[in-house]
Amino acid sequence: MGKAGTETSPTQPLVPRDDRVQGQVWNMIRFEQVSKVYDRRSRPALHDVTVEFERGEFVFLVGASGSGKSTFIRLMLREERASSGTVYVVGRNVARLPSWRVPRLRRGIGVVFQDFRLLPNKTVYANVAFAMQVLGKGRAQIRQTVPEVLGTVGLEGKERRMPHELSGGEQQRVAIARAIVNRPEILLADEPTGNLDPETSLGIMAVLDKINQNGTTVVMATHDDDIVNQMRRRVVELHTGGIVRDEAGGGYRTEVEA
Amino acid sequence: MRFAFVLGETFSGIRRNLSMVVSVVLVTFISLTFVGAAGLLQQQINQMKGYWYDRVEVAIFLCTDTSTTTSCASGPVTDSQRQAVQDLLEAPTAAPYVKSFDYESQDQALEIFQEQFKNSAMAGTVTADQLPESFRVALVDPEQYEVVNELFSSMPGVEIVSDQRELLEQIFSLMNMASVIAVSVAVVMLVCAVLLIATTIRLSAFSRRRETGIMRLVGASKTMIQLPFLLEGVIAALAGAVLASVTTWAVAEFFIGDWLTGQYPGTGFIAGGDALVLIPLLLLVAVLLAALSSILTLRRYLKV
Repeated sequence: MGKAGTETSPTQPLVPRDDRVQGQVWNMIRFEQVSKVYDRRSRPALHDVTVEFERGEFVFLVGASGSGKSTFIRLMLREERASSGTVYVVGRNVARLPSWRVPRLRRGIGVVFQDFRLLPNKTVYANVAFAMQVLGKGRAQIRQTVPEVLGTVGLEGKERRMPHELSGGEQQRVAIARAIVNRPEILLADEPTGNLDPETSLGIMAVLDKINQNGTTVVMATHDDDIVNQMRRRVVELHTGGIVRDEAGGGYRTEVEA
Repeated sequence: MRFAFVLGETFSGIRRNLSMVVSVVLVTFISLTFVGAAGLLQQQINQMKGYWYDRVEVAIFLCTDTSTTTSCASGPVTDSQRQAVQDLLEAPTAAPYVKSFDYESQDQALEIFQEQFKNSAMAGTVTADQLPESFRVALVDPEQYEVVNELFSSMPGVEIVSDQRELLEQIFSLMNMASVIAVSVAVVMLVCAVLLIATTIRLSAFSRRRETGIMRLVGASKTMIQLPFLLEGVIAALAGAVLASVTTWAVAEFFIGDWLTGQYPGTGFIAGGDALVLIPLLLLVAVLLAALSSILTLRRYLKV
């Protein structure tokens, strides 16, 4: 990883490292020297990554394809376990969670993908309600919450539409509604605007921003530089599995590089 | 709510996967019917053992005109020979082994023969003098047949001493073999059923991978995700078991209970009521096999 090392620009963690006592974790998400190797022969997907996200932060995870963004997200969801190092989500070491506790971890994390992943044979309402039904939520609660959340993402009055009747932007809003309907503390978005045109993407960003304003920590992996430049939020840049930049209020490229 | 939702998911899975589910039902049905048949055969054997072992006797057949054994060389049994046999049955040498005995004349033998074969053309052609007269001996201990055989078989006028239990044993061993065959077929069919259930669950999990993916993502519990698939397998197998139970009962009630009993009265056949004992067994086998193969399949193909 010599290449990544030479490229490393000075990183500026938001909270000084010394403020924390080992074992007392108050961050929403913390990666401690995390490496992930999928295949011994190829280079690691993540290499010695240490980073922290605070409660209520909005963080862009940027980098080219293959830079480790998706692995980063999968580690938080415990779709994967780190090869070395530790991932903490809300103070819990996710690798140490017994498997029966993993669903509870995931209940605290909403996820949105580039390809929406809606159920094609269910209405908008049913798609969002599904996320509550599978957690065993009561019918009355579902009836009350789903319209509220659809309102939050700007889909009032479209409850009875089927996914194929919606535009891409609207489908992504349904996916976001589904991700937040159970009030997770964290929202992970993996290239949420990847399939959308720039104007529609801005609408999605407005929704994500609103959700962030309501107190949800948002981590968004993207390589959409326009959006990153416009939002001026914290930017964590990955390159070949290592963090090369961590900048508050940054753009897609560092000012130096640009 | 939770339960209703799981059931809803189960039935939507069954609808989507209907042809596979139907094949699971049928294969389970056939295989458990064989299990049921084996069970019925065993019950019938026990029933007949209980019924016949009390009644079975050693028969001492006396010589007739047509006898060919060497002890009958002097022709049909004479009165004195018959008396000698009866005396020996009452004498202290044989008495400890003999519980009771009856004399069966040729006319009585004909009567019984005609009763047993009344549906057969033979009944009309046989005459009394073709049938041997006999002493029907009930033993204190049916295992002691050899002693009686030795005492009587060499007496003049005695054609043969036959242990009717031996005949029954032959029937029982035939029936046992039939039930072994039925069990073997059932085992092969059950293996088919297990593999078919596994394939069905796999297909079902594959066709609903979007749903289960979302369930995983929003943090649904393992139970919530896997139970619908498990239930799909169990419900299909149970449906097959119910069909097999009905078939087993119908065979016992109508074929054995009504028809065979009508054909051979006094044989002590089982009836539909006896088959009811087998039904919980069939249902249990279905549920266990389906649950087992579903769980193993889900463990491999549906990660949580």
